[in-house]
Amino acid sequence: MFCISGKWLGAALLGAGLNLGVAQAAPVEISFYYPVAIGGPVTKIVDDLIARFETANPDIKVKAIYSGTYSETISKSLTAFKAGQPPELAVMLSADLFTLIDEGAIAPIDDFIKTDDDKAWLAGFSPVFMTNSKSEDKTWGIPFQRGTTVFFWNKDAFKQAGLNPDVGPQNWDEVVDFATKLTKRDASGNVTQWGMQVPSSLTSYWLLQGYVAQNGGTIANLSGDQTYFDTPEVIEGLQYWTDLALKHKVMKPGVIEWATNPKDFFEGRAAMITTTSGNLTNVKANAPFPFGVQMLPEHKKRGAPTSGGNIFIFNGTAPEKQQAAFQFAKWLTSADQSAEWSIKTGYIAPRDDAWNTPAMQAYVKEFPGAAVPHDQIPYLVPELSTHENQRVARIIDDGIEAALTGSKTPAQAMKDAQQEADRVLKQYR
Amino acid sequence: MTQGRNQITAWLLLLPAVVLLAAFTHVPAVMTLFNSFYNTPRGVRPAKFVGIGHYTDMLSDPVFLAALKNNAIYAIGTVPVAIGLAMLMALIVNSSIRGKAMLRMSFFLPTILPMIAVANIWLFFYTPGYGLIDRFLGMFGFAERNWLGDGSTALGSLMVLAVWKEAGFFMIFYLAALQQISPSLGEAAALEGAGRWYFFRRVTFPLLMPTTLFVLINAIINSFRLIDHVIVMTRGGPDNASTLLLYYIYQTAFRFWDTGYAAALTMVLLALLALLAFVQFGILDRRVHYK
Amino acid sequence: MSVSALPQPLQSREQSFWHALEVLGCYLLGALWILPLLYAVWMAFHPAGYEVRLDLTAPLTLTNFIQAWNAAPFARYFLNTFVLISVILVSQFVICTLAAYAFARYDFRGKTLVFMLVLIQLMIMPEVLMVENYRTMVKLGLVDTVWAMGLPYMASAFGIFLLRQAFLTVPKELDDAARVEGAGPLGVLLKVYVPLSRPIYVAYGLVSVSYHWNNLLWPLVITNSVSTRPLTVGLQVFSSPDQGVQWSIISAAALMTSAPLLIGFLLFQRQFVQSFMRAGIK
Repeated sequence: MFCISGKWLGAALLGAGLNLGVAQAAPVEISFYYPVAIGGPVTKIVDDLIARFETANPDIKVKAIYSGTYSETISKSLTAFKAGQPPELAVMLSADLFTLIDEGAIAPIDDFIKTDDDKAWLAGFSPVFMTNSKSEDKTWGIPFQRGTTVFFWNKDAFKQAGLNPDVGPQNWDEVVDFATKLTKRDASGNVTQWGMQVPSSLTSYWLLQGYVAQNGGTIANLSGDQTYFDTPEVIEGLQYWTDLALKHKVMKPGVIEWATNPKDFFEGRAAMITTTSGNLTNVKANAPFPFGVQMLPEHKKRGAPTSGGNIFIFNGTAPEKQQAAFQFAKWLTSADQSAEWSIKTGYIAPRDDAWNTPAMQAYVKEFPGAAVPHDQIPYLVPELSTHENQRVARIIDDGIEAALTGSKTPAQAMKDAQQEADRVLKQYR
Repeated sequence: MTQGRNQITAWLLLLPAVVLLAAFTHVPAVMTLFNSFYNTPRGVRPAKFVGIGHYTDMLSDPVFLAALKNNAIYAIGTVPVAIGLAMLMALIVNSSIRGKAMLRMSFFLPTILPMIAVANIWLFFYTPGYGLIDRFLGMFGFAERNWLGDGSTALGSLMVLAVWKEAGFFMIFYLAALQQISPSLGEAAALEGAGRWYFFRRVTFPLLMPTTLFVLINAIINSFRLIDHVIVMTRGGPDNASTLLLYYIYQTAFRFWDTGYAAALTMVLLALLALLAFVQFGILDRRVHYK
Repeated sequence: MSVSALPQPLQSREQSFWHALEVLGCYLLGALWILPLLYAVWMAFHPAGYEVRLDLTAPLTLTNFIQAWNAAPFARYFLNTFVLISVILVSQFVICTLAAYAFARYDFRGKTLVFMLVLIQLMIMPEVLMVENYRTMVKLGLVDTVWAMGLPYMASAFGIFLLRQAFLTVPKELDDAARVEGAGPLGVLLKVYVPLSRPIYVAYGLVSVSYHWNNLLWPLVITNSVSTRPLTVGLQVFSSPDQGVQWSIISAAALMTSAPLLIGFLLFQRQFVQSFMRAGIK
């Protein structure tokens, strides 16, 4: 409908006009949408980083806007973009890359790479984190707060079950074996401690990806227009996951909330959990017992998904603002800040030079668990990322939920999901 | 005053209301119909006419069908229970029981609190294992239940919250109606030796009929309108077991950015509401007045 | 059931047993209804460790409130909600009063049709049309403003209907008398109708305030910054962290955001209930 796009164009022009008006006055002010999506006082850390950036760059003012969860952040920033008032930059899921490109909302990072220093900085990111940041030979996102899933266990519970508290399960069979020993039931048969828990309330495809990678498969292609939900590797991975609850009865049946999963661990209601590496700091601070942390157990091979947020620079703002945004993003993701961010939040620093900083090395020495996500980097696979990613993710999440609650078999659930995903994606092929 | 001047004054008085209502109710309703025949523009690609394509897609869209079914279950499950409880509460508060004010307060309090606030609190009650409900049931030997994470209980859990939240609100309407029933009716009935149940069935209940109709319609509208608790507690899951129509519209429009399809979904909701209006004005209203 | 206005006849022992059971049932229902809130209060005022252990000797604390207050800009959210409600309420009073007056005291062509068109809004609330209304706000350039949140609600069918009913009960003679004294239409409205309908304004005002204090969906869609977000949206953003929750802090935040309504209700319970009743009688 021309009337609507016309109006949006009008709004965009209006927005651009406003921005120009503001840009005349120094210093350049940029706004930064940041999803507060992790336990702990993250906002203070961000504010502190911004303050130091502003001191070093007095001509730039950064306004941080804490925008809720990732999905709220992309909604809000796309909303603002369509209304002609986009933020200059935002941290959004790396997996939403194609959605952002399809909406024409983001600018390629390559446009800002001018000096040798810029080039060296860009080349410093670990390749696996760049997979989700590139499309058609252009780089669109800057890896910032990336994560993966890691495996935690309660050492006290291991001792009680007669297991060696210092060694976690190394493969799928051992997980079932350990979890069976760790699942405790009271006299009337009600479970008081589950052996294993894997969260599944949001973005459960992400945890499935770990199982699929370990099983030698993949759930989607890299150009984001074809999913492989109904392949044997995916179905077997989901079968294994659902079996934990429905066949072996060592995991709480039904959908398990992300938010309560660590809490269940602290309360002693779950002896082993898989959760995001972003929870390292949270577990370290709140677990009232000694715990172990390791890479995900293997099957045919090792494997784990990446996740988390990239920094994206928006279209539709004045060039000098975009340039200022790039400067801020580059500063934020250079070795020292990257290491600091990783230490304070538990996200993986996505660059090797960050792991070599003195601060990081000292931290890993003091808390060896922090090195686990880094050790897992060689085995990582990129997070599911397709066109209309929110919708496709919802489709596979629905399928996983159906399998976990027992309303469909894993094979049926994945077949239905593949069909739905095809319906959405066929127009992009 | 001439007739002509009166006309002008009347329209001037109406102007602000008419403009605003047209801008945010009538025009959008018509535009929704119009836009439901187009797909969603993305980036540089403009919207394209797809005819009734969205509507035929809907028939094979499992999420839409689930939302429709859930909304029916939700309305049929919550509305009569809330109304029955509301009537009971009104009778209690209107009786001579001691501590009426306290009872009235506890019934009415959930109504004035934001749904989002109470939904957050109830989220904890439903937590498996150590949530309030599981610990209470645990005292009687029940196993823990994953209330919100299990397709068979998720919608029911939302419905319980909705009844708790809304019954007190409807109680108010019954209370107002009860206070208009003349006490002499009761005295006369007592003299004739009528039992209380008999009196309720033959006198009070019929007299409350117009209120019941009013509350019924409002309760049904609310069951389509209020989705705050879905957003907080289940996000429609697991596997769309608790998704409601308006939540699916919200998701489609503001999570998937598919406004064309969302417009078509909105039309379905509008059609349902129109049907409701027709039932109210056309059929039920007439019957009730004959009573 | 402790039913109805029936006077209790003399009771036998058996009857009084049933009566006692009945009364007990009533109190149980009341207790059941208030329990969730009492529990929320308990969680909010005790340290996090006690949220799953009910222990009467647990120490009281305000830490949860302080942490919640510091974790999100609630002061700003309170201000936003206050501004939003004021803007809506004032506009509703003005717009609905004018329209109700026209419907109550004027004859004009198409009156029935227009009245029916107004009543449609009772069925089709603005949030049902959020997709299209959102588009309208984008066109008007109002996204993320108080006006965007308020405009769709300002011409309220409910308010127009309620005030029209009230105005219809005003004796025509008073109207005529005022006109004889030379008052114009607005003068009559302000001198005669509005003062006589004061209880209805109070009733409608209370209903409207509590509705908009609690409204989430439309503000959630249309706002995206701290400086416009009302309390409900602020609470939604605050309480949706992906990892780890502290129930005691969430409870504190939930109670805090409802506190003004809660306190207002507890102080003016009678007026509240009567106002809601008044608004409910048609």
